[in-house]
Amino acid sequence: MTINEIQDQIIEEFEAFDDWMDKYQLLIDTGNELVPLSEKYKKPQYLIEGCQSRVWLVADYDGQLVHLHAESDTVIVKGIIALLIRVLSERTPSEIMDTDLYFIDRIGLKDHLSPTRSNGLVSMIRQIRQYALVFKLKNE
Amino acid sequence: MCWLCRRKLQLNMEDAFKYIRQEFPILSEKIYGKELIYFDNAATTQKPRRVVERIINGYYSTNANIHRGVHFLSQRATEAHEAARERVRKFLNAGKTAEIIFTRGTTESINLVAFSFGEAFCAEGDEIVVSVMEHHSNIVPWQLLCERKKMILRVIPMNDKGELLMDAFIQLLTPKVKIVAITHVSNVLGTVNPVQEMIRLAHKSNIPVLVDGAQSVPHMKIDVQQLDADFYAFSSHKIYGPTGIGILYGKEALLNAMPPYQGGGEMIGQVHFNHTTWNELPYKFEAGTPDFIGSTALAEALDFVDEIGLEQIGNYERDLLNYAEEKLCTIDGFRLFGNATNKSAALSFVLEGIHPFDTGTLLDRLGIAVRTGHHCAQPLMDRLSIDGTVRVSLAFYNNPGEIDTLYNALKRIRTMF
Repeated sequence: MTINEIQDQIIEEFEAFDDWMDKYQLLIDTGNELVPLSEKYKKPQYLIEGCQSRVWLVADYDGQLVHLHAESDTVIVKGIIALLIRVLSERTPSEIMDTDLYFIDRIGLKDHLSPTRSNGLVSMIRQIRQYALVFKLKNE
Repeated sequence: MCWLCRRKLQLNMEDAFKYIRQEFPILSEKIYGKELIYFDNAATTQKPRRVVERIINGYYSTNANIHRGVHFLSQRATEAHEAARERVRKFLNAGKTAEIIFTRGTTESINLVAFSFGEAFCAEGDEIVVSVMEHHSNIVPWQLLCERKKMILRVIPMNDKGELLMDAFIQLLTPKVKIVAITHVSNVLGTVNPVQEMIRLAHKSNIPVLVDGAQSVPHMKIDVQQLDADFYAFSSHKIYGPTGIGILYGKEALLNAMPPYQGGGEMIGQVHFNHTTWNELPYKFEAGTPDFIGSTALAEALDFVDEIGLEQIGNYERDLLNYAEEKLCTIDGFRLFGNATNKSAALSFVLEGIHPFDTGTLLDRLGIAVRTGHHCAQPLMDRLSIDGTVRVSLAFYNNPGEIDTLYNALKRIRTMF
């Protein structure tokens, strides 16, 4: 599936619920299913500090695809991370850099990406794109 | 007629609440289609209609720069601003209006003292005493002073209930200590510290005391002369007044011995390139055009609060806090922080296994505004070995029905994880 097909799939999954608490329940369930990050990566060099929550992010590159692993101490942020990984992981650096992440807005979670939320998500997306840029430059 | 007067006239509680809430238009707002429940009053309170109207009328009828004008409007604005100062003096029961300095808020008040008192009285090797439950605003200004003068910051510890340890405090009061800076009420735990007793103890060693009153002034009657506080700071916006204005009360003798904090207009006597003299108190500490509209609106807020009565407000809020604590403690995994014998209107907790951010996010979706995180008190979080809490902070416009809604919301959230 293309990145946008996955984004559309996520939008559809969330549109199935009218009540906001049900949407959040889905997000919490998604967060709880996120593969935990190995303890060896829960170190300052992988930490993206937010005022309200913390995010750890690791990106590997096998020469072709970028593999993302991440976790947060809050389940809601973990849920959003799981969605971002579903969309952006196992993609080429160029794909990651060129993607317009419209799904977040469409499922109504845009306010979580406001810098004032200070939950580390804005920094995380910026960091993922920076990794992609570095990997791309390495490859050239 | 105030709502408590109505209560005395045997009007039922529901009507009394409807009346008081009508004074606050924002409380009728819908959040995500739900009735707003505002439990973030320790961060800022909502404004009654009459305070907002006072601001509007100020700009419509009394707007002219104060003190330096010969014209009618300037005179009128000056009189209103100085009347507001007198209103604050009366509110705190300070001895003189010269002891009431308008600032931007509690933070600036403390910074002013940390700078000017530090310049006048502190030297290398001296010490400052604060408590473990201070807001960053009553820590960082002193740390800056410590860096500037090579001084040492000492910390009063607390017990697990969230009460300061008086024995440890007494031990800290050595001749090296130049000032004690303590909060009257903890913004996280709600603990009411025994500041009158602490001031008495510090004064026995001739050490002056600054009290951070940001969280106390909205909930209890403050008498700075009875407390014998040397400095007392509070913010207008936490007591139903406008943002951007606050108060520093200081004893005249101390303020006179301190150099100015900022330079500019109004604070000067004579300015010449070879020598400048300072204005008298309180103007020496009020450089630049003050918020003369905000000051009058603050006076209006104080009138409003006094008409209801701070004693009644405090009693009502304490009943509400007790009700909330008793009810919420029955929720599975509810962990309360702060069990001090003497508490004011704030309640901090976590739901075991659920991050405060998640609890707060979901409460928000249910129309309930709380604050989550470290509440600008990271050293206190370290002491409690936690990253943060959910804080419910009350005002007199809150009611038991809202606590019930919170209770049901938390029970629902509990099942979602």
